[in-house]
Amino acid sequence: MTQDGIGAPLRRKEDRRFLTGRGRYVHDIVRPGQLYAVFLRSPHAHAEILGIDTRPALAGTGVVAVYTAADTAGKINGVPCAWGIAGKDGKPMKEPPHPPLALGKVRHVGDPVAMVVAESLAAARNAAELVQVSYKVLPAVTGVADAVKPGAPQLYDDVPGNLCCDWAVGDKAKTDAAFAKAHHVARLDLVNNRLVPNAMESRAALAEYEPATGDYTLYTSTQLPHVARVLLGVLMLGIPERKFRVVAPDVGGGFGSKQVVYAEEALVTWAAGQLERPVKWVAERSEAFLSDAQGRDHVTHAELALDKDGKFLGLRVATLANIGGYVSTFGPNIPTNLYGPLLAGAYTTPAIYCEVKVVFSNTVPTDAYRGAGRPEATYVLERIVDVAARDLGLDRVDIRRRNFIAKDAYPYQTPVMLQYDTGDHAATLARALDLSGWSGFAARRAGAASRGKLRGIGIVTYIEACGLAPSRIAQQLGARGGLFESANIRVNPSGDVSVFTGAHSHGQGHETVFAQLVGELLGVPSANVEVVHGDTARSPFGLGTYGSRSAAVGGAALFKAAGKIIDKGKKIAAALLEASEQDIEFKNGAFMVAGTDRAKSFVEIAGAAYTPPPSYPLETLEPGLEETAFYDPVNFTYPGGCHVAEVEIDPETGVTTLVAYTAVDDVGTVLNPMIVEGQVHGGVVQGVGQALCEDCVYDPESGQLLSGSFMDYCMPRADDLPVIVSATESTVSAHNPIGVKGCGETGTIASPATVMNAVVDALAAYGISHVDMPASPQRIWRAIQAAAPRAAAE
Amino acid sequence: MDITLAVNGRQVTASIEANTLLSALLREGLALTGTHVACDTSQCGACTVLVDGASVKSCTLLAAEAAGATVVTIEGLAADGALHPMQQAFHDEHGLQCGFCTPGMVMSAVDLVAGNPDPSEAEIRAWLKGNICRCTGYQNIVKAICAGAAALRSA
Repeated sequence: MTQDGIGAPLRRKEDRRFLTGRGRYVHDIVRPGQLYAVFLRSPHAHAEILGIDTRPALAGTGVVAVYTAADTAGKINGVPCAWGIAGKDGKPMKEPPHPPLALGKVRHVGDPVAMVVAESLAAARNAAELVQVSYKVLPAVTGVADAVKPGAPQLYDDVPGNLCCDWAVGDKAKTDAAFAKAHHVARLDLVNNRLVPNAMESRAALAEYEPATGDYTLYTSTQLPHVARVLLGVLMLGIPERKFRVVAPDVGGGFGSKQVVYAEEALVTWAAGQLERPVKWVAERSEAFLSDAQGRDHVTHAELALDKDGKFLGLRVATLANIGGYVSTFGPNIPTNLYGPLLAGAYTTPAIYCEVKVVFSNTVPTDAYRGAGRPEATYVLERIVDVAARDLGLDRVDIRRRNFIAKDAYPYQTPVMLQYDTGDHAATLARALDLSGWSGFAARRAGAASRGKLRGIGIVTYIEACGLAPSRIAQQLGARGGLFESANIRVNPSGDVSVFTGAHSHGQGHETVFAQLVGELLGVPSANVEVVHGDTARSPFGLGTYGSRSAAVGGAALFKAAGKIIDKGKKIAAALLEASEQDIEFKNGAFMVAGTDRAKSFVEIAGAAYTPPPSYPLETLEPGLEETAFYDPVNFTYPGGCHVAEVEIDPETGVTTLVAYTAVDDVGTVLNPMIVEGQVHGGVVQGVGQALCEDCVYDPESGQLLSGSFMDYCMPRADDLPVIVSATESTVSAHNPIGVKGCGETGTIASPATVMNAVVDALAAYGISHVDMPASPQRIWRAIQAAAPRAAAE
Repeated sequence: MDITLAVNGRQVTASIEANTLLSALLREGLALTGTHVACDTSQCGACTVLVDGASVKSCTLLAAEAAGATVVTIEGLAADGALHPMQQAFHDEHGLQCGFCTPGMVMSAVDLVAGNPDPSEAEIRAWLKGNICRCTGYQNIVKAICAGAAALRSA
């Protein structure tokens, strides 16, 4: 192994540019002669557009163009969905058109209505205020439970009941039969609150067009440049790939919100072509709140059937999922395929049935947000397990242990599609109990009580699906493309290495981790490996980064490409060493004749590939040393683990403080423990945000977004958090050649349920069995007030 | 209006509008794009720079108010190609992921330790109230500032 290869906590290669202010985000890019675009957005949640008068805006100083749907209709196709789903009846989901600028009707506050392009940002902003739009305001519906009620405002004439899709997974009859013989049924109604991803870099797009060649270049803050090129270029704009370069330079966080393709990206590209000048748009934060795809937003009823020993017999889940005003890129897939199949969790529940009504409402569309469906599933399951434990008077750890899938039962086929590869829940549980000091909790609770605080502890054992995705399975579930990943390894003549990946890094550290991986595989110091990503003109077609897929799928593609490099290197070495190819071994960065000391270094082989010596068999072996591989996984990967949280609640104020958090995760092979730990920290805290403070709130009457800035939408700050204790307890994934499972989402998947289990535990004395997220001071205080008289009376 | 100020050790004269924000002057006027604007409401601190030694949210200060001041941005911290000890500590402790909040975090930290050379973890966390990070969960940022403070103490 190289010193800085697999498993080394190598410091990041990308840091220096970020630490010295030399990062290059789309915000930072300036092209000669660039124009500035501003979008006029709907102030109404639901309205007919009666007319738009752009003349006053066009008369503004410095204004170059004002576009509305009248200009783009027939020129730019609708915003496409990349993953369609089908309902219980086998029929495809309702997929109404999503025009890039609102056509006839607006369906959420923030729906783009017009694009103003001007010589300066100030001129564009001023002109946007001069666009006159007359609206006929319609009744709006924002809550998902309201949207399915009879008589609710209808977003689309041809989508009755606002129902995009009535979806289900699992065996209903078998599940009903399990409930019929149950000793006990635990029941739970819960809300999974809507969230705003809020990557720190707001979305931005800068397009330019070269009239002499017809070439377009789009710099955009995306997680999937190649996919964006197809969806925006080919499908929306009719620009073939060869004429459309998409560059995702440094991207300041994504969390799923940038795996969506957006109207603004297509519109600035189109405008650049129309005007033959670069056009730049940068979202303001308030605009990001009104236009970035949001996350979660479920209303769920769940029931868990148990036998007298606390074994789970069946799980029944009915969810209403709010997908907002339009079908987003992956929108309907998130609360269905990435949710229902995760409900088995770490347990042997033999019968599961989940139905999901996917519903339109007058809100910003929802799509993937870190974890994407899997945190929602884990929340349902891990909350109802706690409810069941309390109903039956069972210990929360014990009930989980009784139902674990045993280590030797893997690979394990769940009743909801997935086949898990490996896992050891007993091991992660034991480690988490130890690290969290679970057994000493009673003393800490007593200590808190003496200070007037309510202390609670919560535990979650989880498993999730990562490494999206096997193309065959994904396509069976409605994906409209493959989900493999690509890798190109170019060994340069001097023996250093350029790596081109179709994955994209927006904080994950691929430039470091992929260099470690390739360095290890080729026996080259990682310092000599440069990783290139985020440019369709440089990397082979790949699917980008989301769903904790980069290491599991992109890493496996690199493994394959490295294998091809080594195979060719052996051929070259055999010729140079006058040995049989079968006798060449590649070890410690050298090609050697087995059992001898005759060897050629990696650098010598690279040199020979580009400067073939007389012994190089050019007749049968091509010169050069560069290989491309595409890897399509055989299955998802299944990270899992156990998290423990402790909270203290001040009953006087309702303020909940997270005082301890332990995360033990099975992420498979750890390529760089420093980066894994960083991913876990960040993931946990995003989930803590959902549990304790984040809440995207719409006014139910007007449909206005009430939490539309960082002043209203509360995200965790440094002083809201304890030190997170994290550890890995890994089993190697059997589903890819490097054994990795993924670590980007584990924290966010486990932590909301973990924290809320602790909150409910803290409130147990009041007889409170559930509180919805976020556990804001107001909500907790009200819950205590409502319960206190009851508790006092008992 | 014309203003003169020192930015990263260089005297700069700039022609600005009265309503030009310091962040806009730095980013657009002087092409110092390391200072980031992320929230528009003075909440996130990505735009933090030092003005006469004090950390300031440059999206909330008119450029005109910085006339005559000494401004240091993230680009001005490393000297002679060597990272400032606080930058080095963020690197060593993995205190950054996507990098967008990082310049503000580092500048804010530099100001903290200038006034409090040996801050406790609680003091660091309290100080960072005005800086939002969405990637790291703050833990390694806090560690980095501890390490950066220690390095500066022994420098």
